[in-house]
Amino acid sequence: MRADYVNIVNTHIVPVKLTYHAPKSIEESLRLLANYRKKARILAGGTDLVVDMKLRRKEPEHIISLKKIKELDYIVDDGSAVRVGAATKLRTIEKNKIIRERFQALYEAVRSIGSIQVRNMGTLVGNICNASPAADTAPPLLIFNATVIAKSLNGERTIPINKFFKGPGITSLEDNEMVTEVSIPYPPENSGSSFLKISRVGMDLAKVNVAVLVKLDKGVVEECRIALGAVAPTPLRISKAEEYLRYKSINEENLRVVQEIVAEEIKPITDVRSTEWYRREVSKILVRDAIKLSVERVKK
Amino acid sequence: MKIRFNLNGRVVEVDAPPSTILLDLLREELRITSVKRGCEIGECGACTVLLDGKPVNSCLILAPMIDGKTIITVEGLAKDGELHPLQEAFIEEFALQCGYCTPGILLTAKALLDINPRPTIHEIKEALVGNICRCGAYQQIINAIIKASQKLRRT
Ligand SMILES: Cc1cc2nc3c(=O)[nH]c(=O)nc-3n(C[C@H](O)[C@H](O)[C@H](O)COP(=O)(O)OP(=O)(O)OC[C@H]3O[C@@H](n4cnc5c(N)ncnc54)[C@H](O)[C@@H]3O)c2cc1C
Ligand code: FES
Ligand code: FES
Repeated sequence: MRADYVNIVNTHIVPVKLTYHAPKSIEESLRLLANYRKKARILAGGTDLVVDMKLRRKEPEHIISLKKIKELDYIVDDGSAVRVGAATKLRTIEKNKIIRERFQALYEAVRSIGSIQVRNMGTLVGNICNASPAADTAPPLLIFNATVIAKSLNGERTIPINKFFKGPGITSLEDNEMVTEVSIPYPPENSGSSFLKISRVGMDLAKVNVAVLVKLDKGVVEECRIALGAVAPTPLRISKAEEYLRYKSINEENLRVVQEIVAEEIKPITDVRSTEWYRREVSKILVRDAIKLSVERVKK
Repeated sequence: MKIRFNLNGRVVEVDAPPSTILLDLLREELRITSVKRGCEIGECGACTVLLDGKPVNSCLILAPMIDGKTIITVEGLAKDGELHPLQEAFIEEFALQCGYCTPGILLTAKALLDINPRPTIHEIKEALVGNICRCGAYQQIINAIIKASQKLRRT
């Protein structure tokens, strides 16, 4: 194992001998993955991977780049779900009309990521495959019940997003598998969604991020979905709070109970970005505000 | 590894190890020194170049990733000895002190004006989130971008 200090030194270069593969098809990239397994890394936009290589947090010998695989760059609306390919840039997603209008929480999360430069390179699939507990697209994908399509030479698997994250930097992907698509079902009728995040400065990962979807029926909550990031080893849904709100109306008293449930269910830590106490307190506020905002959006 | 790309209107072919960072390729091999080295982790924007017309951080790009693509740096902004209206406006509005952030900001601003010829102040600020000016010349920078957008609309 390396000493810890190595992690904070920017070597300014990629200090390993690399072989760069630029396959032109999914099939070809799966063969390369099957061949090199743990020695290989997929490169989508590189905005996480290249930084990690400079900092020696990741040292792949083989890079399998998705840059030349045209069949992976798409956003398709199939009438009941929106499907996003693994090479589709965050910037393309934020400019998509359906995403902006029907998947507001995802739209807001994508817009909040880094800078325009970063979003011109980075991808949605890279954001979840990197599996940072703070990944901004994770809470919205959780509330929209997205599914992840993973492929290997052995075939295809569909992984519900709530089974995808296993720990910081760890996903449920096998080392011969890659994600080809994220499929996001339409939200229910009479629902609204929102995403909120608190970070130190505009260009930093979240201290806490929250996505909420509320479906109303005559002013009563028929369904509520709440997801948080950066407050546990993986982004997570708070089903206890969701169940509490079911068939209730939105008032200060009910919201206070929801806040307390959320504060109990999360397991934040203290790190460079924030303290455990602050994360817990601010989670309560973000959840409350996101519920209110989502409710306002139902009516529109 | 052989990499071919279009740099400021000319096709160049280089032979570089695949681990080469685009920023280093441009500065050290090709002597495109307008592209500045800052944070090297995608946060400051000093290394911004246009990749197929869109601003990206050259410090986060491996050289083979630009194979077959088009790169524009500040060296590619002036045409036939005439400064680009953005460059003129930056001079007229004194939109810099040390000038270290300027190349990156010019390119980010060009990409903005290419798709949005009449940006609001809010849209300009939003476009510049990834470009830090350590001298704090932001107000003048915004003024210069507005002035350039007016110049461009006149031509
Ligand atoms: C300055 C800066 C600011 C940032 N701000 C934010 C922010 O505010 N919020 C946020 O959430 N993130 C932020 N990020 C992180 C990063 O930009 C995002 O996570 C981005 O979405 C990653 O996508 P990518 O395509 O660049 O991933 P890459 O770097 O290409 O890949 C990331 C990881 O996923 C793996 N991978 C990629 N694609 C696949 C695939 N198809 N199958 C299997 N594995 C795959 C790679 O091997 C790698 O380990 C920031 C990064 C920078 C540099
Ligand atoms: S040097 Fe590339 S963003 Fe700072
Ligand atoms: S003019 Fe000095 S950094 Fe902007």
